[in-house]
Amino acid sequence: MILNSMTRNPIPSAAMCHHAEFPASSRLVALAALAATAFLLTSCGGSSSSSPKNTIVTSGSNVQSIAVNAGPGGNYANGVFTTVTVCLPSSSTCQTIDGILVDTGSYGLRLLSSSGGGALTLSLPQQSNASGNPIGECAPFVDSVTWGPVVTADIQISGEQASSVPTQVIDPTFAALPADCQNFGVPEQDTLQTLGANGILGIGPFLQDCGGACAGTGPNNPGLYYSCVTTTCQITPEAIAQQVANPVGSFTTDNNGVIVELPAVTAPQVSIAGSLVFGIGTQSNNTVGSVSMFPINANAEFTTTYGGQAYAGFIDSGSNGLFFLDSATTSLPVCGDETDFYCPASTTNLSATDSSSGGASETVNFTVDNADALFSDQAAFVFPSLAGPNPGTFDWGLPFFFGRNVFTAINGRSTPAGAGPYWAF
Amino acid sequence: MRGSLKITPNAAYALHEIQTPTGTAVREYLSRSGKVFAVAWQGPWLPDLKQLLGPYFAQYRQAVQTPKAHTGHSPISIRQSNLVVQQTGHMRAFAGRAYLTDQLPSGVTAESIR
Repeated sequence: MILNSMTRNPIPSAAMCHHAEFPASSRLVALAALAATAFLLTSCGGSSSSSPKNTIVTSGSNVQSIAVNAGPGGNYANGVFTTVTVCLPSSSTCQTIDGILVDTGSYGLRLLSSSGGGALTLSLPQQSNASGNPIGECAPFVDSVTWGPVVTADIQISGEQASSVPTQVIDPTFAALPADCQNFGVPEQDTLQTLGANGILGIGPFLQDCGGACAGTGPNNPGLYYSCVTTTCQITPEAIAQQVANPVGSFTTDNNGVIVELPAVTAPQVSIAGSLVFGIGTQSNNTVGSVSMFPINANAEFTTTYGGQAYAGFIDSGSNGLFFLDSATTSLPVCGDETDFYCPASTTNLSATDSSSGGASETVNFTVDNADALFSDQAAFVFPSLAGPNPGTFDWGLPFFFGRNVFTAINGRSTPAGAGPYWAF
Repeated sequence: MRGSLKITPNAAYALHEIQTPTGTAVREYLSRSGKVFAVAWQGPWLPDLKQLLGPYFAQYRQAVQTPKAHTGHSPISIRQSNLVVQQTGHMRAFAGRAYLTDQLPSGVTAESIR
């Protein structure tokens, strides 16, 4: 079917059997299926501080420095970056790459090739299928795709190591972008200018970027993985073990999740520094303390209530603002020039409540400023009050992390607070 | 588009719900004269937007590739005089909608398209 002014073509009768129910509130209904566990965590004790939920640890073999700054492209708003070392499998031939975006909303390490203006020059071994054909991937993000070969890398971050992890190289000189990938509609980001980073470190609550769907054949396969012959690529089944994977899940220790720790920010800044801590309850520096826990559903979502109405909500360090609802609901006008941001006439203080089925409930206060005014400060790249529309949904992007330690527990991995997937803060 | 279909008539429009094989649900909104004035999608994978948007796909592609003042990942919110396209979510869970602003039937608001 198409969106147009024509009478639609009839759908073949063979396709009209067995409708699957799709209620308008299906995302919220899905939340009712959450497993119930304990939620308010009071064990283990937190470090003493005036703000025990936001003590930033700076030492330990599981602690990696992160920073919110302009990034390697020099122009990123609200991007949190770190450094990753990749090596040829079982070798000491390695390359250390900075400017990697830390993204709790995706899964897997993706490195921008030097052919796209990125830093990666190490020639990591290409993954091939049983026929010897190279495997490529079209990885879907909400506003872009990344395209390029799947390779195998040993990955080192802080003192943590993961061996032979399927990883993507973002490479504009790889085979031509397949039509099915282009038809997702979102643009390919394959240059430093468009990606704004030397790569993306996807450390969200799942282990792979696809899962069982991509291992299947036929029309059920969503079309992320491709088998390529010369310059032509076709959708191919990809076994789960071969899929681009969250490196944390492959660490030998501290592999059940992460904590992103960033300081509170009250006004635009040039940069801020924090820590990415690996493991939950595995070391003395990553205890769960008194944080509130929110189990999440198969969509990695919980519930956010605003104005008495419940919406789907999610936490995502890779979203560069707080994106929620629409102007009709919030009374916040969108900007005239960039319609993905809000431009209220004056600073606006709001609150919403995060909850999950049978779990904790926590009110979150936040501030929205005029994005045009924020961006008028050419030297600033850290914006705690940058926000924009996102109809029907709350996307708690990077500003949510300022002043909070945010825990992301990986699906199926045990922690002292129960098994993932969950968020806690 | 392949998939199972459910049709729900409504005073102002007909709603066609298509469950695609990949698990992403697509809804299309038809005016009483049978014209598609909106589509919405939700599921683990991005749908074939070229097919969904038809002649408006090129306009959308151009708009979504327009450089912004700053680099950064965010939901899509494109508002043009005749076309609105919005997409939310993250890897493994997406939702979106598109509608023709000048063809919404009387009494139908953007909020009802989801």
